[in-house]
Amino acid sequence: MTATAPTRPNQSKAWIKEVALVGGFALVFAVLIPLLIPVSRLQILGRFLSLAIVALGIDLVWGYTGLLSLGHGIFFALGGYALAMNLSLQLPKDVIPEFFGLYGVEDLPAFWEPFKSMPFTLLAVFVIPAAIAGLLGYVVFRNRIRGVYFSILTQAALVVFFNFFNGQQKLINGTNGLKTASAQLFGANVGSEGVQFKLYILTIVLLMGAYGLCRWLTSGRFGRLLIAIRDDEPRVRFSGYDPTAFKVLVFGMSGAIAGVAGALYTVQSGIVSPQYMDIAFSIEMVIWVAVGGRGTLVGAVLGALLVNWARVLLSERFPEVWLFFQGALFLIVVTVLPDGIIGWFRDGGINKARAFLGFPPKSRTFPAVDLDENIQREREMVDAAPPASGESR
Amino acid sequence: MILQGLFDVLFNGLSIGAVLLIAALGLAIVFGLMGVINLAHGELMMLGAYTTFIVQNAFKPLADTPLFGLYIFVALVAAFLVAAVMGLFLERQVIRYLYGRPLETLLATWGVSLILRQFVRSVGGSMAIGLVLFSLLFWGGQALLRRRPDWNQLQGRALAVLLPLSGAIALVASFLLNGQPALAKPWFSARNIDVTAPGWLRGGLNFAGLQFPTARLFIIALTLVCLAGVYWFLQRSAWGLRIRAVTQNREMSACLGIPTDTVDALTFALGSGLAGVAGCAVTLLGSVGPNLGANYIVDAFMVVVVGGVGKLVGSVVAAIAIGTLTYLLGSGNVPLWMTQLNLTESLKPLFDFFSFFATTSMAKVMVFALIIVFLQIKPAGLFPQKGRGAEI
Repeated sequence: MTATAPTRPNQSKAWIKEVALVGGFALVFAVLIPLLIPVSRLQILGRFLSLAIVALGIDLVWGYTGLLSLGHGIFFALGGYALAMNLSLQLPKDVIPEFFGLYGVEDLPAFWEPFKSMPFTLLAVFVIPAAIAGLLGYVVFRNRIRGVYFSILTQAALVVFFNFFNGQQKLINGTNGLKTASAQLFGANVGSEGVQFKLYILTIVLLMGAYGLCRWLTSGRFGRLLIAIRDDEPRVRFSGYDPTAFKVLVFGMSGAIAGVAGALYTVQSGIVSPQYMDIAFSIEMVIWVAVGGRGTLVGAVLGALLVNWARVLLSERFPEVWLFFQGALFLIVVTVLPDGIIGWFRDGGINKARAFLGFPPKSRTFPAVDLDENIQREREMVDAAPPASGESR
Repeated sequence: MILQGLFDVLFNGLSIGAVLLIAALGLAIVFGLMGVINLAHGELMMLGAYTTFIVQNAFKPLADTPLFGLYIFVALVAAFLVAAVMGLFLERQVIRYLYGRPLETLLATWGVSLILRQFVRSVGGSMAIGLVLFSLLFWGGQALLRRRPDWNQLQGRALAVLLPLSGAIALVASFLLNGQPALAKPWFSARNIDVTAPGWLRGGLNFAGLQFPTARLFIIALTLVCLAGVYWFLQRSAWGLRIRAVTQNREMSACLGIPTDTVDALTFALGSGLAGVAGCAVTLLGSVGPNLGANYIVDAFMVVVVGGVGKLVGSVVAAIAIGTLTYLLGSGNVPLWMTQLNLTESLKPLFDFFSFFATTSMAKVMVFALIIVFLQIKPAGLFPQKGRGAEI
C-alpha cells in the first residue's frame, strides 16, 4: 500500500479504523472466545476460520474478477496433501509410512522425498496449488474461454483430480487419505490440545494475513483492473491491457490462498482425503461467498462462518433438512439477495424490504423531504453519476 | 484376436457414447439454444429413472403376460413427461428470472439439484401431503387475492404473509402425520433401486463370436430415435423454426411476433424431457440411486463443450469420440495388444503409460487432459458457431 498511500486525512482515518476493526475482531476470536468454549469446539471454529480463508480466495476470483471457479477443492486439497505428506514422513530414517505396506510398496515414491523437509513443505503448501491454478488458468484463459465454460472446465478438472487421488492407492493411499492427528510436529502430537490451540491462533493470524493481502490487491489499480475485467473484458483488452495475464495471476493467487486454507483445515480435522475434492464441497465454497456478499471481503468471511455454523446446527439435529436448506440457500441468494447480506445492507435493503411489503420507507430526516417525489427526482438528477460497480456479470 | 478386440472397443465405445449422447442431448439443446447451464440436468435424469421404477411396479400385476415386456415404452413416455413438467416448473419459477446471468443460473440449478436429490431420499406420504397442502395454500391463496383490485400494491405483503404461513401449516401437518408409521415411511429412501429390464432386453446377440448385450443395442437405437426426433423438431416443425430464430437473434424474433417467453419454456421443457428419457435408458444398465445424476453430468458437459455449442452433430461426434477413448484407455486393451504383438519390451515407456491409465477412473484423467489439449487447438469446439453473433 506504499505506492498509493492514503493522503487525504479522512481516507487515512478510514484506513486506521478498518485496521482497528479487523484487529479487534481478531483479538475477540483469539482471546475472548477460547475462554468461553472448550478446545474441541475451538477446533471446529478453527476449521471454519480456515474455510473463511478459501472464501476470501474465491471472492478474489469470483467477486472481483468474475471468474466462477467450481474447482477450488483441488487447490484446497493439494495444500492439505502437501502438509499431510510432510507430517506422515516424521518417522525414523528409512521407515516409510505404514499404509505403503498394505499395497506392497517398499520404496518411498520419488515425489515424496522433498516433503521430508519442513521448509520445502511450507513453501509447497501454497506454491504447488498456485502453480496448478496458474497452469490451468493459462491454458483456459489463453484461448479466451470464459464465463460458464470456465466454470465447467474447472469442475471437470476437479473430477479428474478426484479420480487421480482416489485411484492411486500406491502413491497417496487413495480413498483413505492421509491422517495427521497422531503425527508429530516439533516434538508434540498434532492432535493434542496444546498444538490445536496454537493452530487455531495461527489460523486467525493467517486469516488476517489473507484479508490484508486481498484488501491490498483489490484496493489499488490492480483491484480496479480486476473489476474492469469482470464488468467488461473486451473493453479492457481494447484499452491495451492483457486480461489473460491478470486473470492467470489472480487465479494463481486464489489457488495459493486455498492451499494455505487446506493445510490449516487438514491439521485441524486430522485427515486429508479425496473427499475434499468432492464436487458439492467446491460449489458450497461459492455459496459462502454469495451469502455473505461477493465483491466484499468481509462478506466472504462472514458468509463462510454463517453457513458452516448453520450446517453444524442443522446437520447435528436434522441431517435430512440440511440439503433442503442448502438448496434453498442457493435459490434465495441468487434470486433475492444477489449481493449477499453485506450488499443488501449497503443497498439500503431494509427500506427496500419495507417498500416491497408496501410500507413507506423509514426516513432519518424530516419525512416530507424524503417522501416528496419532486425533491427525490431533483436529487436523482444531481447524483446521476453511474454506480461504481457495473450490473452485468 | 486383435480384430475381435477392435470390434469390442468399437461396440463398447459406441454404446458408452450413446449413453453420453442421450444424457448430453437435452443439455446441448438447453445450453446451446438458451445459454443456460442446467446443473439439475442429472437430477432430471434421476427423476426419469425413478419414474421408470414406478411404471415398472405399476405393471407388476401383468408380470406373467407378454404385455409386461412393453412397460419400458410406457416408462419412456412417462419419464419424458415427468421430467418435462418438472423442467417447465423450474423454468417458470426460477430460471426465467435469471436469463442473461449464466453464472447465477448455474448456482440456482445446483440448488435445485440438491433439493431434488434430498427429495427422492426423504419423500414419503406425510411429506407429499405437506407439499400438496403448501401448494394449495400458497398458490391458491395468491389466486384468491389476485382478484382484488389493489393486487399490485398488495403483492409483496401477500407473499410475505402467505409464504411463511402456508409453509408453517404444511410443516406442522407433515410433522403431525409423521406419527403414522405408514405415512412416515419414505417411498424410495436413500437405497439404490433396481429396475428389472424386460425379458426381451436381457441376454444378447451373438455375432462373429462376439456378444452384443441387447440392452446396449436398445440404448443405441433409442439415442438414434431421440436424435432423429430432435433434428426433425428443430429443423422441420414450426416451433423448431421459432426456437432457432430466438437462438439467433432474440430481439429481432420478439419484434417479429415470436413469443420468446413461450419458446424459452418450450425449449427448456424439451431439454428436460430428454433428460428423463436418458434416465429411463440408464436404468437398463444397473441399479440407480439419488446420486445418479452426479455420475453423468460432468461427462455430459464435456460432450457439449467438445462438440461446440448449438450444433447437434458436434455433440454426436464428441460423444462417440469420448466414449470410445474412455473405453479404449480404461479397458486395458492397449497394453493387452502390445503384449500380444510382443511390443512390450521395445516400447516399454509406452506400455507403462497405457498400463498406468488402464482403469476407468484413470482413463477419465487422460481423456480430460486430451480435452484440454483439444481446446487449445479449437477453443470453441468441433463445430463452432459462425457469424457475428458467435461468441464463446
